[in-house]
Amino acid sequence: MKKLATIALAGSLPLVMAACEVAPKTSEQTGYRGTGGNQIYVSDELDMPDVPAPPYELPEDTGGPRASEVYENVQVLGDVSVDEFNYLMAAITEWVSPDEGCNYCHNPANMASDEIYTKIVARRMIQMNQNINQEYGDHVGQVGVTCYTCHAGNNIPENVWTLPEDGGHPSIAGDLNGQNNPVIGTGYSSLPEHAVAQYLLNGDSLDGIRVQSNDMHPTDNDTTTMDTEATYSLMVHMSQALGVNCTYCHNTQSFGDWSISGPVRSTAWYGLQMVGNSNEEYVTPLTEWFPGNRLGPAGDPYKINCTTCHQGLRQPLGGYPMAQDYPALWNYSAPNAPIAPNMRPDQVRSPE
Amino acid sequence: MALLSFERKYRVRGGTLIGGDMFDFWVGPFYVGLFGVITALFATLGTMLIFYAASQGPTWNPWLISIAPPDLSYGLMMAPLKEGGFWQIITVCALISFVSWALREVEICRKLGMGYHVPVAFGVAILAYFTLVVVRPVLMGGWHFGFPYGIFSHLDWVSNTGYQYLHFHYNPAHMLAVTFFFTTTLALALHGALVLSATNPAAGEEVKTPEYEDTFFRDLIGYSVGTLGIHRVGLLLALNAGFWSAVCIVISGPLWTKGWPEWWTWWLNLPIWS
Repeated sequence: MKKLATIALAGSLPLVMAACEVAPKTSEQTGYRGTGGNQIYVSDELDMPDVPAPPYELPEDTGGPRASEVYENVQVLGDVSVDEFNYLMAAITEWVSPDEGCNYCHNPANMASDEIYTKIVARRMIQMNQNINQEYGDHVGQVGVTCYTCHAGNNIPENVWTLPEDGGHPSIAGDLNGQNNPVIGTGYSSLPEHAVAQYLLNGDSLDGIRVQSNDMHPTDNDTTTMDTEATYSLMVHMSQALGVNCTYCHNTQSFGDWSISGPVRSTAWYGLQMVGNSNEEYVTPLTEWFPGNRLGPAGDPYKINCTTCHQGLRQPLGGYPMAQDYPALWNYSAPNAPIAPNMRPDQVRSPE
Repeated sequence: MALLSFERKYRVRGGTLIGGDMFDFWVGPFYVGLFGVITALFATLGTMLIFYAASQGPTWNPWLISIAPPDLSYGLMMAPLKEGGFWQIITVCALISFVSWALREVEICRKLGMGYHVPVAFGVAILAYFTLVVVRPVLMGGWHFGFPYGIFSHLDWVSNTGYQYLHFHYNPAHMLAVTFFFTTTLALALHGALVLSATNPAAGEEVKTPEYEDTFFRDLIGYSVGTLGIHRVGLLLALNAGFWSAVCIVISGPLWTKGWPEWWTWWLNLPIWS
């Protein structure tokens, strides 16, 4: 009997250990000593991703002809030098459509044509990229973003979201009410799954995210427990997106108190504004240009959240300042240029 | 029960672990021994260091005094006194005095000719503390990971350390520890209520025997573990509470870095349904 128990114990040990992380860890102190502000990682997860080099060395801008003077129908990058324009086009091809090449957006017989919808989307995305680098320095700093930050060689960035499909449950039976479904976005918790849709859809949709009471007696706070869950779910999304725990930004003594929060919390706050604004101003207005297979079940285009750029890292691409090699992506020269001056949504087609 | 009724058996020579008769003495009703002396020395030294370290800190508010472990940059080395060195020395003093106290209990057990249940039980509590301030910090590569000595500050540490794993209640060992703690208190409440009821009968009635106690629980839940058995159950529950507490913190970090809810994906991913 004793032997049997020993064998059973010894046999179950590898099973128990298999559910653990035995690999070496790296830890980091993020708060004052003794406060428990630490980040702990499996060391391998800190490996930095490869960042593609520029297509070639960018020739110095000697004041030669502008892109709009040489090419037709250049709406957004018109005041960029021809050299830099070609340099950026080569880079974008590598970043977004390495397999399809130029023809993913252009008709090879007429490069100036806007007949392929992806070119129209790309124009708006370049404006978004410039807007982020120019207006959201509080979040992206001097590192900035490029198309590659999110796309990473994919036509569509790997981490995107769409609005949830509407209900479809005539009774409460089987209706999980958008929660109690362990998915990575909620850290496999029971929290609501669609907090991202609630808070990151528009620039002003963060209203109502502050659910904590500021007083010892929360008499003015009529937030219900259910109301608070979406806030925590969004926080878990941010935690998953950056691969950090709650104490990276917060002192859990009081989550809402800025005076005891880490400085990166304000960076994150600007990031939420940035994502909501980008979805509202740049992604959602493209809805009518997308073909059906590029829309979610509720008919809206794929939108961005924190994971779209961060992909599990505190700084996207490990903080490599890739955008510094592409000055045109900082130049917010044509924010309101029309993205498709000669086209209607029903006239465009998909790339072949 | 008056102390004197067993003092005849307790106040006997011998049973010391080391030093023979040298420290085999009493102060009033209390046995001291070598380990009593060591406990007194290091408990006093540690307490004085706490007061001295507090005097070097920003506050005398007893709630807010905090003696914090060193920065992570010191790793497993000694830190300057005011930058965590106090914490390190106080931790050593605490461990020496706790262990000495347990060894003094061993000597008393030997004098009484009884088993070592009491020092073993106290040893599990020491093990939990030792795990928290030595084992886990060593596994994580820094004394930094110990908890600070302060009333509010150690609560903040517990909160922040819990949130490092998103939701600590999903930690399987924490689940066991909490369950054992609650069950310990439930068992103690049931046992205490039973004893008080049996020994304080209504006016004119006699004190009830253990047969009455057994009958009460056999009526209530169909089983009585008995007068000796309840103490074994209590010991089992209490020791498990302390043991699984130690396990739940030592696996957090050294064996798991993500949110504890995510650990349970092994269950979701079982080939039976995934």
